[in-house]
Amino acid sequence: MGVQAAADPIDDLLARYSGQPGALIPLLQQVQGRYGYLKACHIEEIARFLKLSPSEVFGILTFYAQFRLTPPGRTHVRVCQGTACHVRGGKRILQELETVLNVRAGSTSEDFEYSLEKIACFGACSLAPVVVAGGSVYGRMTPQKVKKLFGRAESRASTVERLEAGELGGD
Amino acid sequence: MDETEKADAPIGRSQSPVVAGGSAGQTEGGQSYPPPLGEDPATVSPFADLQAEARLQWEQLKRGPRPRIILGMGTCGIAAGANQIQEVVKESLAQQGVEAGIEAVGCIGVCYAEPLMDVVMPGEPRVCYGFVTARAAEWVVVSHLVGGRPVAELAMAVIDGESVEGIPRFEDLPVMRGQKRVALRHCGLIDPTSIHQYVANDGYSALHRALIEMTPEQVIDEIKQSGLRGRGGAGFPTGVKWEFCRNASGSPKYMICNGDEGDPGAFMDRSVLEGDPHTVLEGMTIAAYAIGAGEGYLYVRAEYPLAIQRLRTAIAEAERYGLLGDRIMGSDFSFHVKIKEGAGAFVCGEETALIASIEGKRGMPRQRPPFPAQSGLWGKPTTINNVETLATVPAVLLRGPDWYAGMGTGKSKGTKTFALAGKVKQPGLIEVPLGITLWEVVFDIGGGIADDKEFKAAQTGGPSGGCIPATALDLPMDFENLTRVGSIMGSGGLVVMDENTCMVDVARFFLSFTQNESCGKCTPCRLGTKQMLDTLVRITEGKGEPEDLDRLLQLGDAVRAGSLCALGGTAPNPVVSTLRYFRHEYEAHVVDKRCPAGVCTALLHFEIDPQKCTGCMLCARNCAAEAISGTKREPHSIDQQKCIKCGSCYEVCKFAAVLKS
Repeated sequence: MGVQAAADPIDDLLARYSGQPGALIPLLQQVQGRYGYLKACHIEEIARFLKLSPSEVFGILTFYAQFRLTPPGRTHVRVCQGTACHVRGGKRILQELETVLNVRAGSTSEDFEYSLEKIACFGACSLAPVVVAGGSVYGRMTPQKVKKLFGRAESRASTVERLEAGELGGD
Repeated sequence: MDETEKADAPIGRSQSPVVAGGSAGQTEGGQSYPPPLGEDPATVSPFADLQAEARLQWEQLKRGPRPRIILGMGTCGIAAGANQIQEVVKESLAQQGVEAGIEAVGCIGVCYAEPLMDVVMPGEPRVCYGFVTARAAEWVVVSHLVGGRPVAELAMAVIDGESVEGIPRFEDLPVMRGQKRVALRHCGLIDPTSIHQYVANDGYSALHRALIEMTPEQVIDEIKQSGLRGRGGAGFPTGVKWEFCRNASGSPKYMICNGDEGDPGAFMDRSVLEGDPHTVLEGMTIAAYAIGAGEGYLYVRAEYPLAIQRLRTAIAEAERYGLLGDRIMGSDFSFHVKIKEGAGAFVCGEETALIASIEGKRGMPRQRPPFPAQSGLWGKPTTINNVETLATVPAVLLRGPDWYAGMGTGKSKGTKTFALAGKVKQPGLIEVPLGITLWEVVFDIGGGIADDKEFKAAQTGGPSGGCIPATALDLPMDFENLTRVGSIMGSGGLVVMDENTCMVDVARFFLSFTQNESCGKCTPCRLGTKQMLDTLVRITEGKGEPEDLDRLLQLGDAVRAGSLCALGGTAPNPVVSTLRYFRHEYEAHVVDKRCPAGVCTALLHFEIDPQKCTGCMLCARNCAAEAISGTKREPHSIDQQKCIKCGSCYEVCKFAAVLKS
C-alpha cells in the first residue's frame, strides 16, 4: 500500500481515450480493472485529463455500484442477493460467507485475503443461490457448500490465532 | 432432414415458407427457406460466398467422420460445473484414444438440467445428456463414443432427429412442448463464437433482405405489421418507435441496444447475448438501417463478462466479413458499433438515464418529452431497443410479419421469453406465445413447485412488478392482463414462490432494492421508498402497527405520482400487490407478531425437542453464535438470549429435533 502515482501509471489508458466523448466511465473501469480500485491520485489524474473537477468525477463514480475506493481482497467474493437467490435462501449464504470468511459484506478482511460484496443479480437465477469468487461461478449453493469451498481457506486465515491459543493439536 | 430445418424445429413445424412481405422483386433463392444448397441466394456477392461457404462448413461438421461433443457453456452451465465436465471429457477421450470435436454452445434454456453434454456420432442425431456429473461424463464417453450406443438411462432428449432407444425428442419434452423459440431460436444450438454457424442457419439473411431489397420505410412497415412490442418492459410498439426516429430531424442518429438487464430475476438478455450474439447485432443493424443511424452502442452490464466477451468476438467477425462497418454487404449503408459496459446502476435501464450514462454522467433520468427519438444521445435522435426485441427482428423479417402476428393475443403479439426461477422444479429460460396461462408456465413447463409444496404466488416484472396469486393461475399472460392484476410484464422475470415464502419479506426485499437504486432526483422516490422500506422492516421485525398497512398504500400513491421515471413510478407495485392479495400475511405480522411462512427471523423461535434429540452435537458444532449447549448423547438446548435465529441448527439436524415456530 501507499504506492506513489508515478509507480502506478495510467498514461497509456488516458491516451486511448484522448478526444473521445463519454470517456469518463470507461476510463474509471479500465483503471479499476488494472489496480483493483480507484486511488485518489488516479481520480485526480483522470479529472485533469478530462478537464473536470475531482469532485465531479467523485460524484459520478460514487453513483455507480461498480467502483471501489478501497482495495479488494486477494479473493473477491461476490454473493448474489437477487430475487431468485433471495427466495432460495441467498441471505443464509451471505451470513455463512460472512462467518466463514470472517468479513462483513461490503468490506475487506484485515489481511486483504478476502473481500465480500453483495450483488443484485448475476443472471444465473436458475442455479440460485449463486456465489462468484475469482473467475468462477458457483451455483446451487448451500451453507454446507460454502464451508466446503471456503472453509479450508478460513482455517488457514485463523491458523495463527489457533496456534497462539494452543488449539492446533487436536485438529 | 436438413439441418437448417432441424435448428428451426423448436419454433414449430408448420413450415410456412417465408412470406417475406410478398412484395415484388422477391427473386431467386433469396427468400425460399432454406435456400437449396449450392444455389446462390442472391446475385453473386461476398455475402453469397460467405453463405455458401458457411453452409458447406456446417454440412461438413454435421456429416463429417468425427464424433462431436457439445457442452452448454453459458454462465448457467459454467455455474453448474461445465468446466469440470469439459476437463473430464478431454481426459476420458485421451484415455480411450478416441478423437472427437469439443464444441461450446450457449444455454438451451433447460438450466435445471445443467450441466448439459450432447453427443453427435457421425450420421446420427444429437443426443443430449442432462444433470451430467464427472462419472456420467466418463460413462457417456466410454459407452456412447467408444461403444457407439446412446446411454438411454442418462440421456434426456434427442435434439435434432427422431427418437432413438426410447429417448424422447427434445421438442416432445414437457418443458419444451408449450414453447415457441423465436428470440432464442439459436441459443444452445450453434456455437456463438462462429459467424459461419450463424450464417449457415440463415444468419444475416434478414439484414441482407433489408439492405438489398427493402427501403427503411418498408422495414418499419413490416415490423409495425408484426405487432412486435418492446420486450424490455414498457411494451411500446417497436415499429412506431423506429418511425418516430426515422422522421425526426437531426443528424447523426444513434441506435442503442439496451442490455442493462438490471432486473434481479431476469436473465434472458444474458442468455441471448452469450448464446447468439450475432442475432442481436443483426437486429441492431436492421434497426439502424430503418432509422438511419450510422453509429450504435451496445450497453451491457458489467456483471455479464461472458456476454461482453462473446459480443466483442461477434463484432470483430461481423466486421471482418463486411456485415458491420462501412458499406455493409456492398450497399450504401454503414454502421459502426461500440460496446459500453454498464457500471452498476439499475436506473440505467431507463432510456434517458442510460443515455446520460453513455455520455459519462450520473445515470439519472430526465423529463420526457423530448423523447430520445427527438433528442437522445448527445442531443441527437436516438432509438433504444432491448436485446430480446432486437433478437426477434431478424426472425420477423425472415418469416414475415403475418407469421409473427399469428402468435399471441389481441394486442400482445408474438412470443415472450420468461426467466423462470425460484421455487419451481425446472427453472430455466423459456419462450412462449403470449396468452399462455400462468398455470401452463409454472406447472407444465416448469414442472410444478419444488418439493411438491403449495404454489403461493408468481412474481413478474421484478422490482417494478407485482405478485400474482394462485387465484389468477388461469390468467392468459399478456401485457394487458398482467397490468390488470397489478403486476407488469416487465422484462420477463418470473419468480415462483411457495408456502415457505413470506410475502411481506418479498415486498421488503424489493423495496430495499428500489430504495437502494433510487437515483435520488425526485424527492417522493428518494424519501418515499425509504419510508416504505423502514415501515416494512419494522413489520418484519414484529414492531409494525395495524395502521402501517394503509400508510404503506398512501406512501405508495405519493411515490408513484411524484416520480419522473418508471423506477419510482412502479416501485410501490410489489407492496401494493402483496397487500392486495396477501393482506392476511401482513396482518399476521402486525397483529399476531407471527410470520406464517417462517421467514422473518425476528419473529422466529427455535427450540430443541428433547424427545427427538439424540445428542449428536451436530447443531452445537454448526451454531455460529455458540448458543447450543449439552453433553454428548444427552438432549441439547438453545440459549434464547444468544440465539441469532440463523436456522443452522434447523438445517443440519438429521432427526428433525429442532423445532421452528
